Amino acid sequence: MTELLVGTKKGLFALEGEPGAEFEVRSRAFAGEPIDFAMRDPGSGRVIATSTSPFYGPKIWFAEDPAGEWTQADGVALPEGGDYALERIWVIVPGDGGALYAGGDPGVLFESRDGGATWELNRALWRHRVDEDWQPGGGGLCLHSIVPWPGEPDRLAIAVSAAGVWLTDDHGETWRRGNRGIRPRYLPDDAPEDTFQLCVHRMERAARDPERMFIQFHGGVYRSDDAGQSWSEIGDGLPSDFGFPLALDPGDPDSAYVIPLTGDFDRVTPGGQVRVYETRDGGLTWTPRGDGLPPHHAYLTVLRRAFDRAGEGSSLQLYFGSTCGDVFGSGDAGESWFTAATRLPPVFSVTVSA
Amino acid sequence: MALVCVHGPLRRLAGNRAELDIGGATVAELLRGLEHEHPSTAGWILDERGAIRRHINVFVNGERGAERTAVGASDRVEILPAITGGAT
Repeated sequence: MTELLVGTKKGLFALEGEPGAEFEVRSRAFAGEPIDFAMRDPGSGRVIATSTSPFYGPKIWFAEDPAGEWTQADGVALPEGGDYALERIWVIVPGDGGALYAGGDPGVLFESRDGGATWELNRALWRHRVDEDWQPGGGGLCLHSIVPWPGEPDRLAIAVSAAGVWLTDDHGETWRRGNRGIRPRYLPDDAPEDTFQLCVHRMERAARDPERMFIQFHGGVYRSDDAGQSWSEIGDGLPSDFGFPLALDPGDPDSAYVIPLTGDFDRVTPGGQVRVYETRDGGLTWTPRGDGLPPHHAYLTVLRRAFDRAGEGSSLQLYFGSTCGDVFGSGDAGESWFTAATRLPPVFSVTVSA
Repeated sequence: MALVCVHGPLRRLAGNRAELDIGGATVAELLRGLEHEHPSTAGWILDERGAIRRHINVFVNGERGAERTAVGASDRVEILPAITGGAT
């Protein structure tokens, strides 16, 4: 059985099913509340969700069962008395060694060592954010990608829109930038080469070759072969290299899946066709995957955390949700697709457990 | 002490009470006092800067108040979610 946790503009939906058929909606929690992200912690089995109430601000919650009682987590706040307030938690990612990481706006990273019940701000990264006056993208100053290194819990990469890629080798005690080779088209040609006003939309690391990483940028898809120190463009062959989400097959370090949108001027699936694009050669070539997806007059927007996967290889499961409230899935690594859910509220995030 | 009236989820966080007697010379002091007596309310009304959240309204004796609004011992302070949305 596969479980999808779908964060939407109007609540958290837990769906269950098998690839190939519509999923059953098992529960709706936080009715009416925007749920930015939800995931099942593989360590504790808990479900952890983030909400941003328009009235009461951002919170992290945890529960043993998404249909059960939810408890508010502690420590999800910035230092009191400063110039900043927490705006939103964008993502929660399990780290190596039992840690959980949460990333959010304004460019913040939290860590939990107790399964998401309490959280602590990473102050070294926060110091960079305050001292260097990071600038937000259109969605805020969002720390949306947190990429652990399998087997090395002290090594972590994060990405911020629009403050680029940051790397640590000492469990967040110190941070350095990892942006060489990224060329933002929204800055003038004579902008400084070391600018870090870089609007990364999503970043992932290949599980079996941790030096290999991929980025979906605000115009551009990139690959790194040196753990995020430097990047090369690999977007040739895509109908558009603008998009938000990105997923990898953990069994194949040469793999990546992106969902192109027309461009930053028209953020819908190009030509009204919903297509996922797959590479199996590190971005040298891309193959459209659309068997079972809406072929025409489908103008979907898929947000950065609304694409996830489970499994690997030929049985890789892929799922994505759109702001139209549809969730699509594949149980065969993108060869064919099915509709897992329709008419949900606008989808902010999708995570899969199988 | 002022009489503080809370609504919605704040009632549960305030020990399932709709009205509480809280001390404080200003709205900000009173809200900090509420957080002190009921720590679960921390972060729900005031943000980390000490500002009332944008879509929360605080009324003192029926008049819209702000963080520095003075509060007297017999005043009634209502904490209400604001009218919001319309585009969502």
